[in-house]
Amino acid sequence: MSGREAILGKIRSQVGADQDPATRRTTVADRLAKAPRGIIPKRGQLDPRAQLKLFCDRAEAVQTTTTVVKDYSQVAEAVSDYLRSRNLPQAVRMGTDPRLEGADWSKAPNLTRDVGPSDGSDPVGLSHATAGVAETGTLVLTSGSDNPTTVNFLPENHIIVIDAADIKGDYESALDQVRSMAGKGLMPRTVNMITGPSRSGDIEQTILLGAHGPRSLHVIVVEG
Amino acid sequence: MSNPSVGLFVTCLVDLFRPNVGFAAVDLLEKAGCVVSVPPAQTCCGQPAYNSGDRADTRAIAEQVIAAFEKFDYVVAPSGSCAAMLKKHYPELFAGDAAWEERANAFSGKVFELVSFLTDVMFVSDVDAHFDGSVTYHDSCSGLRELGISRQPRKLLAQVDGLELKEMKDPDVCCGFGGTFCVKYSDISNAIVAKKTDNVEAAQADLLLAGDLGCLMNMSGKLHREGRNTKARHVAEVLAGRLDVPAIGDSK
Amino acid sequence: MKITTPEFKENAVKALANDNLQKALGNVEKGFIGKRQAAADALPEFEALRDKARDIKDHTLAHLDLYLKAYEEKVVESGGHVHWAQTAEDARNIVLDICRTANAKTVTKGKSMISEEMGINEFLEEKGIQPIETDLGEYIIQLRGEAPSHIIAPAVHVLKEQVEADFREEHDHLPEGRNLDEPETLLDEARTVLRQKFIDADVGITGANFLVAETGTSIIVTNEGNGDLTQTLPRVHIVLASIEKIAPTLEDVSQILRVLARSATGQDMSVYTTFSTGPRREGDVDGPEEYHVVLLDNGRTNMIGTEFQDMLRCIRCGACMNHCPVYHAVGGHAYGWVYPGPMGAVLTPSLKGVEDGGNLPNASTFCGRCEAVCPMRIPLPKMMRHWREREFEKNLNPAVQRWGLKTWAWFAQRPRLYQLGARVAMRGLSIMGGKKGRLAKMPLGSGWTKYRDMPAPEGETFQAQWAAHKGRAK
Repeated sequence: MSGREAILGKIRSQVGADQDPATRRTTVADRLAKAPRGIIPKRGQLDPRAQLKLFCDRAEAVQTTTTVVKDYSQVAEAVSDYLRSRNLPQAVRMGTDPRLEGADWSKAPNLTRDVGPSDGSDPVGLSHATAGVAETGTLVLTSGSDNPTTVNFLPENHIIVIDAADIKGDYESALDQVRSMAGKGLMPRTVNMITGPSRSGDIEQTILLGAHGPRSLHVIVVEG
Repeated sequence: MSNPSVGLFVTCLVDLFRPNVGFAAVDLLEKAGCVVSVPPAQTCCGQPAYNSGDRADTRAIAEQVIAAFEKFDYVVAPSGSCAAMLKKHYPELFAGDAAWEERANAFSGKVFELVSFLTDVMFVSDVDAHFDGSVTYHDSCSGLRELGISRQPRKLLAQVDGLELKEMKDPDVCCGFGGTFCVKYSDISNAIVAKKTDNVEAAQADLLLAGDLGCLMNMSGKLHREGRNTKARHVAEVLAGRLDVPAIGDSK
Repeated sequence: MKITTPEFKENAVKALANDNLQKALGNVEKGFIGKRQAAADALPEFEALRDKARDIKDHTLAHLDLYLKAYEEKVVESGGHVHWAQTAEDARNIVLDICRTANAKTVTKGKSMISEEMGINEFLEEKGIQPIETDLGEYIIQLRGEAPSHIIAPAVHVLKEQVEADFREEHDHLPEGRNLDEPETLLDEARTVLRQKFIDADVGITGANFLVAETGTSIIVTNEGNGDLTQTLPRVHIVLASIEKIAPTLEDVSQILRVLARSATGQDMSVYTTFSTGPRREGDVDGPEEYHVVLLDNGRTNMIGTEFQDMLRCIRCGACMNHCPVYHAVGGHAYGWVYPGPMGAVLTPSLKGVEDGGNLPNASTFCGRCEAVCPMRIPLPKMMRHWREREFEKNLNPAVQRWGLKTWAWFAQRPRLYQLGARVAMRGLSIMGGKKGRLAKMPLGSGWTKYRDMPAPEGETFQAQWAAHKGRAK
C-alpha cells in the first residue's frame, strides 16, 4: 500500500467511518465551491477615503512610508523624490507592468529603469500591487513578468505603487481581487502579502529591520 | 431564596492545616444570610487523583462528594481550585454515564467558590471588617481562569476599613504550586515561586492574600525560607475579621 | 533528532543552573506577552475569531481525507508534485531523491518545524548535501550545533555575546576589528553571508503554515523574507508540511491569519504571507522550475478520532510557551525533543509515545494560561491530563507515587477513618512545628522543604473543631 492510501485510509476509518460518504463529499465540495466568508473586522469596513487613510495609518505603524499622488503622471517624480530623500541612486529594478510603463518617466530624466528579474545587485525595486488591505496596511503582489517576485525581496529598498481603488477593507476582498485575475480556484504562482519592511527579532527579541528582505518599504498610492 | 442552605466544602487543606479559614467562611456565609452545614462525609475533592491520571479513584471520591452535598441549595468552597474541580471537572468525569451524568450536572450547577458566591450570588457588597495595613492579592490560577474570579475579592477588600490594596507585578501568574507538581518537580516549582515572592516583596505590602490555601502555603513557605517580612493569609480571614490566629506559618 | 525527554528532570536542573540561559529566558516574557495582549485588545473581533478558527480546523479535521485529496488534485493541476510520507524516514528519502535528481550540492532552508521532526539536516549532510538554515535564529543555532528552543524564536536561549562569539568562530573572513557588539551589526553580518548562499543554492526547502485545498496553494508566514528567497531563487522548491496544515479555502486562511501573528509576536500581520501555487508559469521570469510538496503523517493519523485530535488544530504560534511558567523557568531544550512548552507536552507523547514523552504532560502546574491564550482554543491542560491517565493505565508512574496515591485515595473514600487519621497526623505536625509555627524539614516531605518551609497546622482539624463547636451550640 502506498503512503497515500495508508494515510487517507487511516483518516477515513477514524473520522469518517460512522458518516455517510456521500454527505461528507457534498459537505466538502460545497465548502470549496462557496468559500463562505467568516468574520470580517469592522475596522476596515469604511468609505473609500477613510479606507485609504486607515491603510496609510496601518502601513506607517509597521514602518512602511507612504505618499499619495493624484494620477500616474506624478508617479515618476514621486519615485525620484523618494530616492533623493533616502539618498539612494536614481535607479530602479522593475518588471513590465503596463501601469508602471505608462507612467510619465520623462518627468524623472535622471532615473534609470532596469527591466526584468533582480539578481540581487539592485539597490531599489519598483513594483505594482494587485491590491491593498486597509485593516493591516498590507500590500498584495502577484507574480509574473509584470512584477517579478525577485524584485520584492532582493533589493534593499522596495517601492510599491498601488491604485487607491484597489485598496480593500479586508484580506478576503483583496483575495477576491486576486481570484478575479485567473478565476476561482486558480492562483498566480506567487502571491505576496507584504506588511512592512523585512524584520527579525531573533537576537534577544530586539526587533531590527532588514533581515533578508528590503530594509525599507515605500508605498505610492495613485488616487486616479 | 432568602435563606439558602449552603453545604460548606471545607477542602482538605483548610480542614487539616488552617481551620480558621473554614470558620471565616462560615462567618461570611452566615452574615450573608445562608444557613450553613458542614457534612461530615467529606475529605477531598479528588484533585490529587484526578491530576495523577487515576480516574477510577477520582470518580469514587466524586460520587461520595455529590451524595453528601446534593441536598443543599448551594455548595461553597473557600478555594477556586477545589470549586473548579467540583464545578467544571465533575461533569467531565460523568459525561455519558446514564446513572450519574444528570446528577453530576445538577450538583455542579450549585457549586461556587466562596468570595464569588458572596458577591455574585448573595450580592454582598460590603463587609464588616477592619485591617490596618496594606495587602497584595495573588490570583490563584484555577479560580482566575476556570471560574473568572478576579474583581470579586478586590471589590470586597476595598470595603475593608483601613485596608490598602497594593497590586504586585503579574498577580495572575502561577505561583508554582500545582498540587503534586511542587514536589514532583520541586526545582522548577522553586524557580517559579521565587519569581512570585520577588514580586510580592516588591509590592511592599504587609500581607499577601489569595483564595487558595495550597498556593498560600507554597508562597508563605518560600517567603519564610527567604526570610522575607510579608505575612500570608487566606482572603476570607481578612474579610471575616478573623485575624487572631497567627498568619500562615507564623509563630504562635 | 535524539530524544532526551525521559531525562526532562535532569535537563531542567541543568537549565536552572545555566546563568546565560536564565538571562536569555527573560526575553521571552519581555518580548511576547505584552505585545500579544495589546494586539488582541486592539481587535474587537479577536475572541470571536478564535472561535471561528477553532471551528474551521475542527471541520477540516473531520473531513481531512477529502480535503487532502482536493488539495492534491489542485497541486497537480498547477504543475506541482505531491509526495506522501507516513514516517520521517519516508519523508527524508523523498527529499533526498528530489535533491539527487536536481544534482543538488547546497540546499537553503526556511524555518520549518517539520524539518526538525524529520531530522533532515543531519541526514542530508550524511549524504553529502549541505543544508543551510537561513532564518536568522535557525542560522545561529545551526552554527552552534543546537536544536531550536522555541518554535518561532529558535535562538531565544542565546545571548548576543554568544552570537558574536559564534560568528567570529565560523565566519573566517571577518577582519579583526569588525564591530559585532550589537544585534544590528550581527544581523548585517548574517545578511551578507547568507545572501550569496541564497543565490547559489540548488534546492530551497520551506515549511508551510497552511495548505489550501481550494487552490492547491502552500502558504508561509514569515518576517525576515528568508523563506521567500529560499523558495524563489533555487531551481527546485520543496515544501515540507504535516497533513493537518490543510485549510479548506482562502477565506478560512484569512480567518486564521488574523489570530496567528497577533498570538505569536503581537503583530497584526507578519511581514510576509506568501502563497505559492505550483512551479514557474509560462512567461514567468523568476521562480522555481519544480514545486514539490511532501505531506508528512509521522503519527498524526493516530491522533485523529481520539481525545488528542484537538491538538491537530495547533498553528504553531508559540503563545502557549510564551505564557508558560515552566517554559520560562527551564527553556525549550529541557523538553528534549522538537516541540517544547505546553504544545510540546501534548504533542511529544502523541508522536513519540508516552513511554518517552510522559514526563512532559506531568511537568505542568495546570495553571491554564496556555489554554487562555491559545488562538485555536486547544484545551492543553485537559490533554496533558489525558496523557497522565494513559500513563497511569499503563502503570508507568514510579511505584512509590502510585502507592502513595492509592493509600491516600483509600482513606479519602472512608471519611471517618480519614478524619481520625488526619487528627492524629495534624496534631503531630503541629507539635513538630512548635512555637515557630512551621517546619524546615518534614518526614517524607523533602520535595517541599528543600526550598520552602512547611507551615504547621493549627492543631485540631476543622472537622474536629466544628463537631465540638456544634456540640457546644446544642
